[in-house]
Amino acid sequence: MKVRFWGTRGSIPVALTAPEIRRKLVVALLGCVGRNLATPEAIERYIDEELGFDVRGTFGGHSSCVELDTGGAEHLIFDMGSGARPLGQSFLQRHGTGAPQTYHIFMSHVHWDHIMGFPFFAPVYIQGNRIVIHGCHAVLEQAFRRQQAAPSFPVDFSQLAATIEFDRLEPGKRHSIAGLTITPKLQRHEGDSYGYRVEAQGKCLVYTTDSEHKVGDVDERAAFIEFFRAADLVIFDAMYALADAISVKADWGHSSNIVGVELCQAARVRCLCMYHHEPAYDDQRIAQVLQETRRFEEITRDGHRLEVISAYDGLELEL
Amino acid sequence: MQLTASTRSAAVIVAPVGRIDHAGTEAFATALKPYLDRCRAGADALIIDMGGVDYISSVGLRALMVAAKQVETQAGRIALAALSPMVREVFEISRFDLLFTIYGSVDEALGDQGGRS
Ligand SMILES: [Zn+2]
Ligand SMILES: [Zn+2]
Repeated sequence: MKVRFWGTRGSIPVALTAPEIRRKLVVALLGCVGRNLATPEAIERYIDEELGFDVRGTFGGHSSCVELDTGGAEHLIFDMGSGARPLGQSFLQRHGTGAPQTYHIFMSHVHWDHIMGFPFFAPVYIQGNRIVIHGCHAVLEQAFRRQQAAPSFPVDFSQLAATIEFDRLEPGKRHSIAGLTITPKLQRHEGDSYGYRVEAQGKCLVYTTDSEHKVGDVDERAAFIEFFRAADLVIFDAMYALADAISVKADWGHSSNIVGVELCQAARVRCLCMYHHEPAYDDQRIAQVLQETRRFEEITRDGHRLEVISAYDGLELEL
Repeated sequence: MQLTASTRSAAVIVAPVGRIDHAGTEAFATALKPYLDRCRAGADALIIDMGGVDYISSVGLRALMVAAKQVETQAGRIALAALSPMVREVFEISRFDLLFTIYGSVDEALGDQGGRS
């Protein structure tokens, strides 16, 4: 199974700016001084081995959208943030427009940053495609219809060519969908959000974004440890530093890297993937948070090594 | 988790020993409570000597934040001192270092409260 990240930014999409690209160039070119980079191979090696990801690349700026590729005929997606646009293009490249496809979309919630990519997800404009939007919110369908209603968008939801269905899931229940066993869990977030524990082919993935954890709430902590239990990968909302998450940004509905590590350590998770990055952070800052979080995992390790990574647009993981 | 207390020049020093983790935080908060209640305007400063703490989790950090807030509303003075290198790193990574006055040692903290012993 493959997990591909198409949008990893929280709250609103962002784009790299000219000063940020200039900073990367300055760092990269300064590092060249005194090196023999006379061939393309030497340059590639220098980029890959000597430059940090925040210099040679970027974490990207699309809002939440993750694809789970099980190798099966039906496609699985978590959230429809702005990353759904390049994902839609990728599906068109892979399957063309002639062969009807089925897409299962699992929605954490219907805040704007998680639905805004839907009108730009090309498969919705192709007749014969079947799109099933799964979620636990009563307002699921209303939110999708409303965002495309005049005067906010030129194409009304009712004009979309694909067949679109809404499937209301029950939290806490195991559902069998497209070869997956999937269990939604209610999370603390304005208007509610839901995490998904997905089990398939002997592997386990947890998608848990826009989820605030009340530090000190013993029952809530125990429930999340159970929800994360022995997962291979936990995609976790680590938007804020802990000090902010429980003081000035308390009740803003997001969590921290520290709580992510603590929960995943207690649940004996294999890999924690930090997700829903703060839009105010540049690449350098996200890379710094990753380095610090790895250090935190190391100094608090208690017999179980937890791998820590940071999601970026374009990241592909093999489960 | 153990907590001992002593008084030195114009300051009350409390010294927790052990882990302030998900299991130890409640005991720590309970033991700290009477000292927080007395830490008011005009009273001695409260210095938490962290030298004996070898681990602190998010719950422990939150308990310290709640303590600092209480003291602030009472217009008292509170500071942390002598964090072990590992605990100091946890403060930095969680950005809690920005929420507290932190001294390298208890003596340094005392020096700043207007009297050395
Ligand atoms: Zn969001
Ligand atoms: Zn949200």
